[in-house]
Amino acid sequence: MSDPLSQVFAALADPTRRELVAQLTDGDATVGRLAAPYRISVQAISKQLKVLEQAGLVSRGAEGHRSPVHLEAEVFDLMTKWIERYQQRAEARYRRLDAVLAEMDDDEAGHRPAREETA
Amino acid sequence: MNHTMTTAKIEADPTVPIIRITRDFQATPEQLFQAHTDPELFARWVGPHGMTTTLVRWDASTGGSWRYLAARNGTEFGFHGCFHEVRPDRIVQTFTWEGDPDGVALETLTFEDLGEGRTRLHAQSLSDSFESRDAWLRSGMEVGVDQGYAKLDSLLADGQIAGTTQGALA
Repeated sequence: MSDPLSQVFAALADPTRRELVAQLTDGDATVGRLAAPYRISVQAISKQLKVLEQAGLVSRGAEGHRSPVHLEAEVFDLMTKWIERYQQRAEARYRRLDAVLAEMDDDEAGHRPAREETA
Repeated sequence: MNHTMTTAKIEADPTVPIIRITRDFQATPEQLFQAHTDPELFARWVGPHGMTTTLVRWDASTGGSWRYLAARNGTEFGFHGCFHEVRPDRIVQTFTWEGDPDGVALETLTFEDLGEGRTRLHAQSLSDSFESRDAWLRSGMEVGVDQGYAKLDSLLADGQIAGTTQGALA
């Protein structure tokens, strides 16, 4: 699980961490501000941020707690691009399948050509 | 939550090296099964785009095996595997890209009847490591033009990144 993408996936597996990331898309924020909407402690939020930090998703300045947390958008861009491209290729394949299925429908509606049963 | 999935939905599981695809088709489960098992039909859509697919071996039955070549501009890519189980609602098979002969993925396809002539395809691919799963996700990155990035919000909102829940399939 040492490769970057797997770490990113694992970090985002948690709903609280996903919400923190969503908050940070609006801009940098301190831990205190990030913790405000939740009923959990600043310490608990810090712990979640550490996981995001280790995955390279967020970064913090040297002053630790007081410095704002920054979202490393390019990590998302990379991952988004991977998944998007993969999705596009899958979708392109299934559009071709759509066309084949549509033809099968036509065949069935008209005269069904005698197709050898396979397998 | 049961919205239609007329375009392919991809989930990359963070805890196991799995890629899941869900896609709805305007076809019966029987038709979808046929399009996956009839060699002539299968060769027409499996792709990738711009490649000619030649089935070298094709026995789409439980215990059978398959091999095909995808060719473009004189370059050939070979793929092979075994059909572990083939039945009308489910196909389980292994998948190896011959460029990485030691790598093997286990693919499970199920055809879920949605009624009214519609069928939901669930395709799950279990790689033998996170590295090879992520290599599949990455593959194809070198081709094509930069198309801009999807909005992070939508990615997070519909759970494409963190596919821990099965909510979208339920």
